[in-house]
Amino acid sequence: MQWETVIGLEVHVQLATKSKIFSGASTAFGAEPNSQACAVDLGMPGVLPVLNEQAVAMAVQFGLAVHAEIPEVSVFDRKNYFYPDLPKGYQTSQMYHPIVGPGEVEITLDDDTVKHVRIHHAHLEEDAGKSLHEDYHGMTGIDLNRAGTPLLEIVSEPDMRSAKEAAAYLKAIHSIVTYLGISDGNMAEGSMRCDVNVSVRPVGQAEYGTRAEIKNVNSFRFVERAIAFEVERQIELIEDGSNVVQETRLFDPERDETRSMRTKEEANDYRYFPCPDLLPVVLDQAYVDHLREALPELPADKRERFQSELGLSAYDANVLSASRSMAEFFEEVKDVCGDAKQAANWVQGEFSGALNRENLSIEQSPINARQLGELISRVMDETINGKAAKEVFQALWNNQGKSADEVIEAKGLKQVTDTGAIEAMIDEVIADSPAQVAQYCDAEPEKRGKMIGYFVGQVMKASRGTANPQQVNKLLKEKLDAKL
Amino acid sequence: MALEETHVRRAAHLARLAISDDQASRFVDDLSQILDMVDQLQRIDTDGVAPLAHPLDATQRLRADEVTETNQRDTFQRCAPVVEDGLYLVPRVVE
Repeated sequence: MQWETVIGLEVHVQLATKSKIFSGASTAFGAEPNSQACAVDLGMPGVLPVLNEQAVAMAVQFGLAVHAEIPEVSVFDRKNYFYPDLPKGYQTSQMYHPIVGPGEVEITLDDDTVKHVRIHHAHLEEDAGKSLHEDYHGMTGIDLNRAGTPLLEIVSEPDMRSAKEAAAYLKAIHSIVTYLGISDGNMAEGSMRCDVNVSVRPVGQAEYGTRAEIKNVNSFRFVERAIAFEVERQIELIEDGSNVVQETRLFDPERDETRSMRTKEEANDYRYFPCPDLLPVVLDQAYVDHLREALPELPADKRERFQSELGLSAYDANVLSASRSMAEFFEEVKDVCGDAKQAANWVQGEFSGALNRENLSIEQSPINARQLGELISRVMDETINGKAAKEVFQALWNNQGKSADEVIEAKGLKQVTDTGAIEAMIDEVIADSPAQVAQYCDAEPEKRGKMIGYFVGQVMKASRGTANPQQVNKLLKEKLDAKL
Repeated sequence: MALEETHVRRAAHLARLAISDDQASRFVDDLSQILDMVDQLQRIDTDGVAPLAHPLDATQRLRADEVTETNQRDTFQRCAPVVEDGLYLVPRVVE
């Protein structure tokens, strides 16, 4: 039997506000335990929540970026459950009237085709604290610094059909929230967390199969691995004649498997009701329009412009628009050197290679966009050849000069294009290599093309890499062929 | 709606309330009367009436995104039964 995988994602994004969603406590990461948990976050008697205007603005910005409806009225509800990292006994969330309505996200697949994934809705809620299960004399430690940090929960429709599509969707969401600057998107620090709903069904069947929800899937790689394992598990279950049970499972990255979380039978009865401490949030059209006008160019628009205006391939456009920092770096390099294709090649090639080797982010790069753009200009105006350019790049990377021109000057890398000087070097090489010249003359004409490589290498060596390779090639061929 | 004792026990469990057998049977009567009143409300024709999210006819005021709270951990932890390394300690949570 052929099986089809059906996937929906719930992505929790921590919003990059300075203070919490309902209190004036700081949201900074990494503070001393409980030093940023105030009376409101702790659920002390008599406190009242006051909604953070920035959290509202960020949620609306996201909604606009995914072409969603922004309802005029949204309402906060209480989701009731007992857990020590939730001091109030309920999470303030939005169940019935979320702040962001149905929308749509564009994802790009490996073969550069574009697919649309529908967003069911996105709602605002507060994060819980953290439970530390290390041994505190048989007890659990609770840090409530994270309690009350604003979260935007983005719920997709079950529109994805493979682990790769799910990863592409998560990347698209990551890219949108970081472009908007509404989250740092740092998955390692938990700024973006993901629950995955997975089911399988026979190809051609209209109804969905029973789904399992996988929690704790907190990297792009884990999303693919968790889904791959879960799909396999579900297909095996069905093919062995049993059934998939609707349940919550936990992904264990170390053992590369999902495990059932034993939850009490009543654990999912959250008894949602409107939060009496918060009034309905009303957004007027002028406010929404104002935020819409202030939206930056988003990844999908950039990708489209990189192709249509700059003539880049779909692949290049996709890579270069994936993060805002990458796109901005590329555009500055392009503006400095004036050639989009050269800029794209250098940014994705030499530059990204060097970043990866040293495990640096673009922000940490020792070479800036202006320096790289000027270096490319010097290749384009033939001041230096490609080989010397790599040397200049390395020197700039190692901070051995402030600009390409300075390095070229200091290292004497200026390309030799003077025909007389190149001819003199060629004559010397030919005079020093009688055996190779004889071989060249005796060889079949079609093999000579390859044999000329030896001479080119010798001339380039003699010029310490600065001779113009095209000229060397042309002049060598003329001189050698004259000896035939 | 006919309420049974199992419903009451379940609601009590969800709210982490300990109730005695005697209380349970009394709550069955009390809550049933409340539900009868809800049934009465349900019979009213509310077509065309917008649901009310809050009894106050007002909208939520927003606050500026500013850090206004200082660290008062020591004060807050004075009423906690057990603390260590700045953490609140609670009976072990089984995952």
